[in-house]
Amino acid sequence: MKTEHVLLRHRDHPEINELENYRKIGGFEVFRKVVTTMQPNEVIEVVKSSGLRGRGGAGFPTGLKWAFVDQKNWPHYVVANADESEPGTFKDREILEGNPFQFLEGVAIASYAVGARAAYVYLRGEFWQIAHQLDRRIQQLYHAGLLGERLFGTDYSLHIFTHLGAGAYICGEETAMLESIEGKLGQPRLRPPFPPSFGLFGKPTVVNNVETLTNVPLIIERGAEWYRSFGTEKSPGVKIFCLSGRVKRPGNYELPLGTPFRKLIYEYGGGILEDHPIKAIMAAGASSSLIVANDPALDTPMDYESVPSLGAQLGSASVIVVDDTVSIDWLINKTVHFFRHESCGKCTPCREGTFWMMHLTDRITAGKASWQDVELLKDVASQMRGKCFCALGEFSIEAVLSGIERFRGDFEARVKG
Amino acid sequence: MNTLLEKYTDEVQTILAKYPPDQKRSALMPLLYLAQREYGYISKQAMNEIGEILDITATEVASVVGFYTLYHDQPAGKYRIQVCTDLPCALRGSEEFLKQLCENLGIQPGETTADGLVTVEEVTCLAACDRSPVFQVQTPDGLVYHENQSVENAMKLIRTWQSKP
Amino acid sequence: MAKLVTLTIDGITVQVPPGTNVVDAAKKAGIDIPVFCYHPKMEPVGMCRMCLVEIGRPVVDRATGELVRADDGSVKIQFSPKLETACTTPVSEGMVVINTSQKVKDGREDILEFLLTSHPLDCPVCDKGGECPLQNLTMEFGSGQSRYIYDEKMHSAKHVPLGDLIYLDRERCIQCARCVRFQDQIVDDPVIGFYNRGRALEIVTYSEPGFDSIFSGNTTDICPVGALTTADFRFGARPWELNAAASICTQCPVGCNLTINVRREAISQGRMAIKRIMPRQNEWVNEIWICDKGRFGYHYVESEERLDQPLVRKDGKLTPVSWDEAINLVSMRFKQAGSNLLTLVSGRLSNEDLYNIRKLTDSLNGKSALYTQMGGGDVVAQVGMSTGSNLANLGKGDVILVIATDLHQEAPIWWLRVKQATERGAQLIVANARSTRLDRYAKYPIRYAYGEQNNLIAALVQLIDPQKFVDAKAIKHLSEQSIIKDTAEALKAAQNLVIFFGNEGSGVADSQVLAQTCAILLATTNHAGKPNNGLIPVWQRANDQGAWDMGWRPPTDLSTSIKEANALYIVACDPAGDDPRLSLTPDFLVVQDLYLTPTAKLADVVLPALPFTEREGSLTSGERRVQRYYPAIPGRTGALADFAIAAQIAKACGITLEERSAAKVMDAIARENADYAAISYTELANVEEQWPIIGRADLYYGGTSYENKQGLGMQLQNAVQKGEPFQISLPELVEQSGEGLLAVPITRLYDRGNTLIPSQLLRTHLVSTVMWINAKEAKQQGVEEHDVVQIECGETSALVTVELEDAVPDGVVLVPRSVGIPISEPCRVRLHITERV
Repeated sequence: MKTEHVLLRHRDHPEINELENYRKIGGFEVFRKVVTTMQPNEVIEVVKSSGLRGRGGAGFPTGLKWAFVDQKNWPHYVVANADESEPGTFKDREILEGNPFQFLEGVAIASYAVGARAAYVYLRGEFWQIAHQLDRRIQQLYHAGLLGERLFGTDYSLHIFTHLGAGAYICGEETAMLESIEGKLGQPRLRPPFPPSFGLFGKPTVVNNVETLTNVPLIIERGAEWYRSFGTEKSPGVKIFCLSGRVKRPGNYELPLGTPFRKLIYEYGGGILEDHPIKAIMAAGASSSLIVANDPALDTPMDYESVPSLGAQLGSASVIVVDDTVSIDWLINKTVHFFRHESCGKCTPCREGTFWMMHLTDRITAGKASWQDVELLKDVASQMRGKCFCALGEFSIEAVLSGIERFRGDFEARVKG
Repeated sequence: MNTLLEKYTDEVQTILAKYPPDQKRSALMPLLYLAQREYGYISKQAMNEIGEILDITATEVASVVGFYTLYHDQPAGKYRIQVCTDLPCALRGSEEFLKQLCENLGIQPGETTADGLVTVEEVTCLAACDRSPVFQVQTPDGLVYHENQSVENAMKLIRTWQSKP
Repeated sequence: MAKLVTLTIDGITVQVPPGTNVVDAAKKAGIDIPVFCYHPKMEPVGMCRMCLVEIGRPVVDRATGELVRADDGSVKIQFSPKLETACTTPVSEGMVVINTSQKVKDGREDILEFLLTSHPLDCPVCDKGGECPLQNLTMEFGSGQSRYIYDEKMHSAKHVPLGDLIYLDRERCIQCARCVRFQDQIVDDPVIGFYNRGRALEIVTYSEPGFDSIFSGNTTDICPVGALTTADFRFGARPWELNAAASICTQCPVGCNLTINVRREAISQGRMAIKRIMPRQNEWVNEIWICDKGRFGYHYVESEERLDQPLVRKDGKLTPVSWDEAINLVSMRFKQAGSNLLTLVSGRLSNEDLYNIRKLTDSLNGKSALYTQMGGGDVVAQVGMSTGSNLANLGKGDVILVIATDLHQEAPIWWLRVKQATERGAQLIVANARSTRLDRYAKYPIRYAYGEQNNLIAALVQLIDPQKFVDAKAIKHLSEQSIIKDTAEALKAAQNLVIFFGNEGSGVADSQVLAQTCAILLATTNHAGKPNNGLIPVWQRANDQGAWDMGWRPPTDLSTSIKEANALYIVACDPAGDDPRLSLTPDFLVVQDLYLTPTAKLADVVLPALPFTEREGSLTSGERRVQRYYPAIPGRTGALADFAIAAQIAKACGITLEERSAAKVMDAIARENADYAAISYTELANVEEQWPIIGRADLYYGGTSYENKQGLGMQLQNAVQKGEPFQISLPELVEQSGEGLLAVPITRLYDRGNTLIPSQLLRTHLVSTVMWINAKEAKQQGVEEHDVVQIECGETSALVTVELEDAVPDGVVLVPRSVGIPISEPCRVRLHITERV
């Protein structure tokens, strides 16, 4: 059983957002050890065997991604994805505010592992204050000799820069993020080629989420086996679950992967506001399918393999809880508005489909629609499926289709005649 | 004359230094923030100046301004109160908060108070879903979060701005 | 040659080079996969999602790497559960593509329904109607009924002038970004872009002054909907009412292939009228593009000022007469003049005109002179582009040298093709006394002082072969520069070498020497006479090369030649307009032209000629490609083709010249001129299949540029290619001398020539009578921006407005050609301020 935090360590060690405090608990010793005693591929091997998977939502094995970096094309870059914009997700922000140096150490280790001498931290524009704090902290690292040229007397040099977005959810998509750093519209690129072969400035690049990178220092320090002692076999490790919506104690909870929904919602979250009955769960923010919150669902372990059995995905583990005071047609109207607002406009189905769905759900929610309109909404969502350029468009229909299918009554109650 | 380049020579150089020399265009987004600080919004002149610094066309600059929501091509209130009304916040009363705030200010979302001090806007998720109602205040100088808000708190904050010279 | 990839598309087996995408592979097999955003001249982006197909790939056993086979021995194919975009999917061995299944059709219907949700469906009033990919594909794949509520349609501005040439209808736009990508990737002038995002995405320009780009018209050809239209054609006609005639652009020596669309209409008193000029595909010349000068500059041919009957001066006044009277008078006076006849022509004329007029003049023992400011056409005949050359073949390992010209302004499509060659890996050397827009692609941008262009090339020759230009005093300071040394190394290593030369900073004599020096460079590096190698002259006129080939040469001293002549026959040029002080007072002056030009106003006889749109003819481009143009509309009554006028004068003089048709004249040329021996109008009309395939029913693929059905023309063999000895001797090197401010005439695309002024559309783009000077030099000379100054060159002078321009070298002012400033060659000048604002 887990007793101390791996990621939200500021909850156990106060003020480790000051460099000296972070160093008191061994901060940046791992980075020093890595640079002075380990080969890059040894670092990658440890991360591979830890089973760490990307915490941004896609769950891709981190070590594998690092190993894909094209060794024939240089220089390499690391980009840390701090664009946290999925509705219901607020974990990276807590790390960046509370435990920023562990994150930066993760960036540094990742950079060493893939041979990058420059790393960019892409923060969503709204994290303006955090970016300024982070800039100061990066400067402290330079002053402490932990960043810069010829680190620890070796040939290895590393620079970390922040890059501030300016309000665009799509920039969380890794190739849109690269475009954004290059000073362009944040529209996703064609893939393949994938960033490890053609990334930032056309060079091999690893893009990792903040939480993913924050795992790395302790994985190297304590070993893959230690990390695998948390979580399940296929989803090892710990995960920050962002709990929001109609619960008594919303917030971030760092738990082993595989913790059941019930435990998160009722034990940590204190249950539903005013003890209403729970109705639905969205496990991956606004991009989620709606899970009918019955007992089997509540007892389902939250890991990458189990959640799909509920016809949903774990994604970034942004658990939005919905109770019986909420009508699902209203809910999907909210998510559709979100995606309509954030669609980059690059591909036809997403650009037009989210706009159309917005009109349809507006009318449904306003009680001005017929059942035919609900059917049409289903059609529109279905004809977007599998045709969008990137995941944004594909995710935008998840709540719509699962909502109509699983909470049909809410729609029937809303429509005319 | 290039005001940005002349007035903020060092800052422009610092920004440019973050990116490889052959990737100057990467400095576009930070320079737009700089321009917003100088002009209050991204004026046509600012687009031209940035285009000149980065050796790209004003249209290329404008495209980026148009794509991202935190860049504004029109002046508005000195303080932009941006209330999150996205799903998680809406589940915790943010829509009601927005409504009451607007009523207190006598404006609709998207509008600016008659004194030109405050514009209220609705925004998508701010990554503060556990501390709803939440809004950020955007000024030319940057962004500040205000979490676990009540309308009373918000009005108190606005009054401190009103009393500023 | 890489091994071909084999795949099947709808059961048809296709072999294509690796890297080909599925849309192109299908096209090669004659199968159409519909697209909106994809265009074969641009990188695929996968935005519109129209080209969805089912794709299956052979299953490979991971352990053995072997193909997995079914029981019947056939290779097992695994289909992706999702439809894939054919444009972004490269072919792979054994791939199976299904383009016709219900799933595919449904997918396309879905996409079309999305595209049409906010489309205004205003086809009945849309210029694109009838040649609209969206319309055509909706007919083929669309659902036929709308499920979208009209009131919820997104409405946008329908009349947005992006500039004064291109209009945008935002409602019709489907955000395919073809125009944005064309401006960015193809012509590197990103002055239009997207604004906002999602459904609010819209095309904008924030540049000053708007969408002002010399290739802008092409965006309307590749726009797959009616969103972009030209100011010229907007609401002008419906495409299906138009007839098409093949033509060749006469604005510059590139020789872009055109299609002229015409219609009979009431507004022109029932006459056939030209409605628009469109590009016609010729992958050897202009691919599918043309510049805006070619597209919009044609309006002079329909000017009301055109001459439609011969004029003879009677009692001091030009008076209309019959052709017989005019011809009789002219022939009588020409015969009398005999060797005192001087015929002056320009490269605006066709080969047939130039041949007949030359024949006429020679038969009368008269003298002939080419009105030009540039020499070297005979050198080009020896080492010009060799048969089989295509600039599109240049790439890695090849070198292009551009000297003394601003290709972007003088020959835009060459600029484009040189730029694209650099993108394929060719190394570019741009040598000029000032920076030009081509510099940004140059590996070796070289600066020299005006007048040193010949010495620069000589220095390169000397560095490559020290036996040449041994007495190298005049070039030592050049050959010592490291960039010039590096350039010489690059030239030595070049697989293919193409040299463009112009006359910026040269007079006729100097540019003749430049041509020779460049030819020596080609020969020294062993590039003369080979395909994809050669010398390309950047002439001021479309058929200057043809004029040289027909035996015309510039006179050593034009004004002396004119003074010595008793009778003067001036065809298709306006020396008095260019230089009002030129003394044009022979005993007898005949002017043959389209208008009453300043020169014609001085004439004793004026003979009205037909423009290229109303007759047949052929032109020889700078790449020495002979191409023929066809009559687009019937000739205006009263005027005749120049070759026919010459033949009629000849007949009255008792000389037989072909006058029945241009084709017959060409036959005569072929009999007499060895270089043209293989040319005939039949040969010039030959076509072969070109890639990409465009202009058929599948307009969505390549846009509305026209398919070439009337001829790709023929590239002449040069002397070296024919095995004739290389006959150019080393010119003598001259050290730079001269003091004082140097005025250099330069060619601007939009000048104020007779063939451009009548085009109302381009009016605001035309260069005015200005001089450009850098700020430092201006201070030195005591002039300020916007001053009106008198610029004095010897005896002549002109009033010009001062404009500051950083790119102008010290000690130099630049003046535009063809705007009425009588400076045709570099000359030392004095400035006098006459007006300060």
